[in-house]
Amino acid sequence: MIEIKDLHKSYKTGSNSLHVLKGINFSVKEGELVSIMGSSGSGKSTLLNILGMLDEADEGSYTLDNTPIKNLNEKIAAQYRNKFLGFIFQSFNLINYKNAMDNVALPLYYQKLPRREREERAMHYLEKVGLADWADHLPNQLSGGQKQRVAIARALASDPKVLLADEPTGALDTKTSYEVMDLIQGINEEGRTILIVTHEPDIAEMTKRIVNLKDGRIIDDTLVNQVKALAHV
Amino acid sequence: MFNVESWQEIFETIRKNKLRTFLTAFSVFLGIFILVILMGFSNGIENGVRSQFESDATNKISIRTGITTKGYQGLNPGRRLQLRNSDYDNLNQKFEDNIEYKTATYSTWGGQVNYKNQQGSYRIEGANADQQFIENQDMVSGRFLNQADLDDNNKVAVIGQQMKTDLFLEEDPIGKIIILNNNVNFQVVGVYTDPGGSREESRLFIPLTAAQQVFNAGQDIRSISYTVKMSDNFDEAVETSTAMAAAIDQDLRGRFTVSPDDRSAVNVFNTLEEAKKIYGLIDTIRLVFWFIGIGTIIAGIVGVSNIMLIIVKERTKEIGIRKALGALPSQITGMILQEAIFITAISGLLGLLAGVFALEALSPLVETDFLRYPKADLGTSLTTLAILIIAGALAGFIPARRAANIRPIEALRDE
Repeated sequence: MIEIKDLHKSYKTGSNSLHVLKGINFSVKEGELVSIMGSSGSGKSTLLNILGMLDEADEGSYTLDNTPIKNLNEKIAAQYRNKFLGFIFQSFNLINYKNAMDNVALPLYYQKLPRREREERAMHYLEKVGLADWADHLPNQLSGGQKQRVAIARALASDPKVLLADEPTGALDTKTSYEVMDLIQGINEEGRTILIVTHEPDIAEMTKRIVNLKDGRIIDDTLVNQVKALAHV
Repeated sequence: MFNVESWQEIFETIRKNKLRTFLTAFSVFLGIFILVILMGFSNGIENGVRSQFESDATNKISIRTGITTKGYQGLNPGRRLQLRNSDYDNLNQKFEDNIEYKTATYSTWGGQVNYKNQQGSYRIEGANADQQFIENQDMVSGRFLNQADLDDNNKVAVIGQQMKTDLFLEEDPIGKIIILNNNVNFQVVGVYTDPGGSREESRLFIPLTAAQQVFNAGQDIRSISYTVKMSDNFDEAVETSTAMAAAIDQDLRGRFTVSPDDRSAVNVFNTLEEAKKIYGLIDTIRLVFWFIGIGTIIAGIVGVSNIMLIIVKERTKEIGIRKALGALPSQITGMILQEAIFITAISGLLGLLAGVFALEALSPLVETDFLRYPKADLGTSLTTLAILIIAGALAGFIPARRAANIRPIEALRDE
């Protein structure tokens, strides 16, 4: 599903150049649930941004679902993001003046689906994350866990190849975190490929594979015995 | 840009963000409102001045003589100069090519007019048949004087609308006999109306020849008026008129032996030259009002632009989210632009309507002789509307481009 070869990325800050990714080789097969771990500054967010086409690598190749991702202009990047990827953010990033259903339906708007179909599909995914009854609530009327579940429903709405989650539990308490992880595990069970960036070991334990980053290099990449989140709830 | 979906998106945004929409809309509303009011007043002043001015033909040249105030070539000041029929004939012949209408008049102020037991004091003017066109008069009923009346010394009179009201009340005056100065009978043949209003309509016209006879004036005339043949080019017409007025002036001064700078002895008044000055003034007023109006609009646009920039700043994160979810840069530009155009167009329209209604309500309170019908005309309104749509696009463009260039990665960076 994802193929990365010899990926380099550096940032220029004034006269200094900061080499963030120093040759990443990494691949993810369909249906995997992978966590990317590392301390801050290890390059894990940069990697995720490149995977999410929010940022571009200086060197190396990136193939997503057999499509080479390179020389992206804004327009193509937007189309690929919409087609291939679903994003889940630490701070949820819901649009605060849109209710839960409209938030979930937004990616479908950019796929130019008719309104009725958008609403049907949004409703379907809200049901899936257990928030059908909250469809007409605004984000500020929802708890943190609920917001993240709306965000997950939104990420799923466009039926993407890969879900990218950047610290999805970073703003949640432990119990809620596990509930969210349970949901993510469930979605993975249905066969969807999911990448999670986290620095919390217990969250990483709930994935099937842990990739450890340090100073821009992968120092460890192991399959783990998945801990079911449900067991902790 | 013009599909239903994107409109729904815009309406939703507007509905959920009432305050900022209101603030944006208000500056445009005010700009257009002020512009319309200014236009209305500019038109009002123009209408007022024009109607004051156009009570007589604008291409009129009128000639009077009076008493000399300066000695010239051995002649003492204080001479009374009298125009006579021969002067009139002489001028007619000399300037034949440029004359459109011509008349000589012999008038008396405060002539007494009786009809049955009604009576009043009116200005009685002996004139030629062309007088009607020189004074811009329209016939309400009957006819004006004609050449036959003049040739035959007919005792016929054309009276003003005001006189008809005064003397005849509800009666039809045509064919009735009125008595002038208690001794001569005249038959009314027509009633006229004059754009100069009731003052100009309190006069009666009789054939010049009859007037000279009735008032024992012999060959004397009081004034001569011409209108100049107009060419299509206004400036050219003014030039012709000015040249003709100067030539007449010179001719009369030679004939009466009058100092060239004795203005009150020989007075040739060129209306067209005055008209040019007044039209120039009107143009200047209009220009100034447009200048202020457009300035106001520009201030409005800058205001909208400013607010849109703030809105884009405020919506940075939202735009980042939208882009992460697959919004194309063109869709983001379209969204911001469409919102700006929509808000400016709607609030502009409201400002336009409010301005028109305000003018409608205000005009009876502010109307004077020099300010009439202060209304914004259709052309102005349409121009304004066009300016608005363009303004909306301009006001939205820079913020929209900025929005489209927001990088989602930066917009989504957690604080």
